[in-house]
Amino acid sequence: MLREIRPGIVLLLVLTAITGLAYPLAMTAIAGTLFPVQAQGSLIERDGRVVGSALIGQEFKDDKYFRGRPSATLAPDPNDSTKTVPAPYNAANSGGSNLGPTSKALADRLKEDVDKLKVENPSAPIPVDLVTTSASGLDPDISPEAAQFQVPRVAKARNVPEDQVRQLVTANTEGRLLGLIGEPRVNVLALNLALDRAAK
Amino acid sequence: MTMIGWLQIILFCAIIVALAKPLGGYMTRVFNGERTFLSPVLRPIEAGIYRISGVDEKREQHWLTYTVAMLLFHVGGFLIIYGVMRLQAVLPFNPAGQGAVAEDLSFNTAVSFITNTNWQNYGGESTLSYLVQMLGLTHQNFLSAATGIALAMALIRGFSRASMRTVGNFWIDVTRCTLYVLLPICVVYALFLVWQGMPQTLGPYIEATTLEGAKQTIAVGPVASQVAIKMLGTNGGGFFNANAAHPFENPTALSNFVQMLSIFALGAALTNVFGRMVGNQRQGWAILSVMGVLFLAGVAITCWAEANGTATLHALGLTGGNMEGKEVRFGIIASSLFAVVTTAASCGAVNAMHDSFTALGGMIPLINMELGEIIVGGVGAGMYGMLLFVILAIFVAGLMVGRTPEYVGKKIEAREVKMAMLAILVLPLMILGWTAVGVVYPTAVASMANAGPHGFTEVLYAFTSAAGNNGSAFAGLTGNTFFYNLTLASAMFVGRFFMIVPAMAIAGSLAEKKSIPASVGTFPTTGGLFVGLVVGVILIMGGLTFFPALALGPIVEHLAMNAGNLF
Repeated sequence: MLREIRPGIVLLLVLTAITGLAYPLAMTAIAGTLFPVQAQGSLIERDGRVVGSALIGQEFKDDKYFRGRPSATLAPDPNDSTKTVPAPYNAANSGGSNLGPTSKALADRLKEDVDKLKVENPSAPIPVDLVTTSASGLDPDISPEAAQFQVPRVAKARNVPEDQVRQLVTANTEGRLLGLIGEPRVNVLALNLALDRAAK
Repeated sequence: MTMIGWLQIILFCAIIVALAKPLGGYMTRVFNGERTFLSPVLRPIEAGIYRISGVDEKREQHWLTYTVAMLLFHVGGFLIIYGVMRLQAVLPFNPAGQGAVAEDLSFNTAVSFITNTNWQNYGGESTLSYLVQMLGLTHQNFLSAATGIALAMALIRGFSRASMRTVGNFWIDVTRCTLYVLLPICVVYALFLVWQGMPQTLGPYIEATTLEGAKQTIAVGPVASQVAIKMLGTNGGGFFNANAAHPFENPTALSNFVQMLSIFALGAALTNVFGRMVGNQRQGWAILSVMGVLFLAGVAITCWAEANGTATLHALGLTGGNMEGKEVRFGIIASSLFAVVTTAASCGAVNAMHDSFTALGGMIPLINMELGEIIVGGVGAGMYGMLLFVILAIFVAGLMVGRTPEYVGKKIEAREVKMAMLAILVLPLMILGWTAVGVVYPTAVASMANAGPHGFTEVLYAFTSAAGNNGSAFAGLTGNTFFYNLTLASAMFVGRFFMIVPAMAIAGSLAEKKSIPASVGTFPTTGGLFVGLVVGVILIMGGLTFFPALALGPIVEHLAMNAGNLF
C-alpha cells in the first residue's frame, strides 16, 4: 500500500494543475478570441456607457418602459451586515423567493401584485409570469403575453399609438428554437432600447 | 400538457439513447487501454504523467488497494479545496476582493466537492474568488467524476473477469478518464456554451448604469469552463448562487437542452460499456430500460403537476402553470424536465427553484434521490448503484425459483447480497436519521424558510440530497449554519464512501469467481420480465423505506393545498 503514496500525491498535483489551471485559463484565452462579446458577458453599450448585459434583467419602474418579472434578489443590509434587504435584480447575488405552494407570504404577495395590475389594464387576463418571481431573480425575459399586457401603459406614457408599440413587441419576440425547444419570449432590455431608439 | 412539451421530452430521450452506443464504445476502448483517435495527441501526455508519478502501467490492483488509493486521492483533494478557500483573500484571481471563507463553510464545501455532491451552502458570486472556482471547484468536478467512473469500471470488471484477483488500476482509470473522456468533451462543450452567451473571463465584475440610471453590479467570471464539467460530470455545483437558472450559467433554451443531455450522456453510455464488457450489449440495454421506465414516470408526473399550478394561482385566476421560481426562456416543460433529469442523475444543478415547485412536482425529485439515484445516476455512481439493485433483484428471483441466482455468468452468493444490502441501507440511515434530528433541534428548525409541511420537506430534501450526493436543494432552507454545515457534510461523506466500500468488496469477490456459461435454467436478464422485476425491487425498497416521510411532507402538503390551507 505504501507504494501508492507517491502516485497519490504527484498524480493529484499534476491533474489538479491540468484541470484547475491549464484548462480554465486556456479556455479563457480561446473563448476571448473566438467569442469576445459573449466571453465578457454580452454587454450592451449606449453612448459609450455600459447600460447592462443582454442576458441579465434589470429593474424598470418608469411607466414608459416595459417591466420585467418581480425579482426576489437580496443584498446585505447596510445597517446590519448579518441581515439582508430586498434588492431587485441584484446581479451580484442571484436567487429566487423559495416560497412554496402553500406559503401564505406568497399568496399575499401575488394578490397584491394582481390587484395592482388589474388597475393598470382591466381588459386583459394577467399573464402568470408577470406576478411570479424568477428562479435567478435576473430573468431578462417576459412572455409575449406579458409584453402585450403592458402595451397600453407604455403607449400612454410615451404618447404614441398602441399599434406602434405592439409592432415593436412583435419584432422583439423570439420564438422556440426549431419551433420546438424553449418558450416564446421578449427580452425586456432589448425591447426598451428599441423603444428609446424609435423615440429619437 | 401540450404536444410541443411531449415532443421536447421525446427528442431528449431519443438523443440520449442514440448517444449511448458510440459513447459506450469509445469509453470501453479507453478503459481497456486501447488506442483511440485522440491517442496521437494524448498518449505522450499520459505516459509522461505516469513517469513522473511513478505509476506502473502493467500493474493492477486488488480491490482493497484500489479503494485505498481512491481514498488517499480524496484526502489530498479535500486539503486543496479547504486550503484555497481559507486562503483565497491572499491568493491571486480575486478581483472582487472576497475574504477568507469560514471554517465550517469551507469544510462543508470541500466534503461536498470531493463526494461529487456539490451542495451549495456557499453563494458563488458573493463568496468565492475565481481561483477557488477554478483550482478548488473545477478541478474536483473533474476528479470526483473521474473517480465515480473509475469505480464503476472496477465493479464492471468484477462481472466481466473470471478467476482474477485484481480489478484494474485506480491511477490509470482516473487519468485516462480525465484525459480521454472528460477533458476533450469539455473543451468543445465550453466553447459551445460561450457561443451561447456564457461568460469566460478573469476580469472584474461589471459596473453598469441601467436605462433608468441605477447602478447594477454584474458578476462574471470563468463560468463556461466550470459549467461544462459541472454538467458532464454530474457535479452540479453552481458558479452562481442561482445555479443553472442564472442567465449567465444557462443563457438560452438550446444551452439548457444541451446541458440536460450532458447530465445523462456518460451515465447512459456506461450501461452500454457494461454490456460490451460482459459480452452482450443487450444486458446494457436492459439496464437502460429499467432506468427509462422510472424516468418517464417521473417526468410525466412533474410536468403534469407544474403545468397544473397551485390553488393560490387558481384562486387569483392566473393560468399557465406554476411559474414561481422558473425562468421564462425555459417555461414549465424544460424546467420540470430539468428537475427530473438532475435528480435522476446525481447532478443537482437546477434551472428552477425546486422549493417553489408544487407539492407533487417537488416530490418526484425527492423520490428520484431516495431511490438511490440509479435512474442513469451520477457518472459511475449511478451504474454501481444500479448494479447493487440488480444483485438484490436477482437474489429475489433466485429465492422464488429456489436456485442459486446468477447474473452475467457470475453466481450471486451470500457475500454479495450482504454487501449490497449494507450499501443500500446507508441512505435511509443518513436521510431519515438526520431529518429526525433536524426537525426537533431548535437551531435547525430556525433554518426553515417555509412553515407547515413544506418546512419539513425542506429539511428532508436537504439530507436526501446530501446523502445521495445530489446537491440540489429546497434552497429556502438556510444551510450555511454550523449545524447544517457539519451534519450535511457527514451525510455526504457517509452517503458516498460507505456505499463505495461495499460495492468495491463485491467487485473484488466477483472478479475471483469462475464464469459459468448460461444454461436453460439460467434466468434471462435481457428481457421484459427482468426489467419489470428490477423496477419492482427498486420501487418496493424505496417506497417502503421513505413513504412515511413523504406522507408527512409533500403528500400532506398537497392535501392541505387542495383543502385551501396556507401556512
